[in-house]
Amino acid sequence: MNFAQDVPLTWYLLLSAALFSLGIMGFLIKRNLITVFMSIELMLNAVNLSFVTFAHQWHMVKGQIFVFFVMMVAAAEAAVGLAIIIAVFRARATLAVDRIDLMKL
Amino acid sequence: MHLVLFLIFAGLCLAGAINLLLQSHPINSALSLVVVMISLAVLYLLLGAEFLAAAQIIVYSGAIMVLFVFVVMLLNAGREERTLGSKVAKTLGFPAVVAVMGVLATIILHLQGMGTVAINQGLIPTEELSRVLFHELLLPFEITSILILIAILGAVALARQEGSERRLTK
Repeated sequence: MNFAQDVPLTWYLLLSAALFSLGIMGFLIKRNLITVFMSIELMLNAVNLSFVTFAHQWHMVKGQIFVFFVMMVAAAEAAVGLAIIIAVFRARATLAVDRIDLMKL
Repeated sequence: MHLVLFLIFAGLCLAGAINLLLQSHPINSALSLVVVMISLAVLYLLLGAEFLAAAQIIVYSGAIMVLFVFVVMLLNAGREERTLGSKVAKTLGFPAVVAVMGVLATIILHLQGMGTVAINQGLIPTEELSRVLFHELLLPFEITSILILIAILGAVALARQEGSERRLTK
C-alpha cells in the first residue's frame, strides 16, 4: 500500500453518510431524551463534513461559511433544547422517552 | 501521510459514533461524542478548513458538550432502560436507515468529477474566509447574533423555576 497517495474526496462523503446513518440509528434506538438529542448533533456534524468536502472540491469559501452558520444554529438549538429537557424533567421527573408519550397516538 | 491520518481519524469517528449507540449511560455517550467531534476537527484541517477546525473544537467539543454534560449531571441522569424502541422503529425504522445509507452510498460512488485531496493542498486561509463573511454576508452574520440572543432568552425563560419571580418580588 502506498501511503503517500492522495485520498479521494468520495471517502469523506462516504464517512459523512455513515455518520448520518448512525445518527438516525441512535435517534431510533436510544431511550434517553439527552442521548436522542446527542444523535441529532451527530447528524448535524455529518452534514457539516460533507459541506466542507464540497467546499474543498469546488474551491468555494461560502461552503465553509455555511458550516459556520450551521454551528451557530446548532449552538442555539442545543441551548433551547436542553432548557426544554430541563423543563420536561421538572414536570414529569423522567428522561425516558417511553414515558413522555402525552402527544403520542 | 494524508491517507494514514484520514484512516486513523475516520476510524476514531466511526468508533466514537458506534460507541455512542452502544453505551447505556448518557455520560459515556457524551464523551464518545466528544471523540467524534475532535476527530471531525482533524478531518476539517485535512480538508484545508483551518478556521472551521478551531471553531469545531471551541464551539462543539467545548461549549455544546459542556452544556450536555452539565445537563446530564444536573438531572442526575442514570442508566437508560433498554426497550430497544417501539415496534414501528424495529419494523420500519431500521430498513429505512439501511435504505438511506444504501442510496447515499450509491449516489456518492456514482458522482462524477470528484477530485482527491493531498496534504497542504487547497488550504483556505482564515483571512479569505473573513473577507467574504464580513463583506458579502454581513447581514446573515448579524441576523445570527439576533438568533443567538433570542435563543438565550428562550433558554432562560424555559429553564426558570415556576413561581421563582413571585419569590423574588416578595
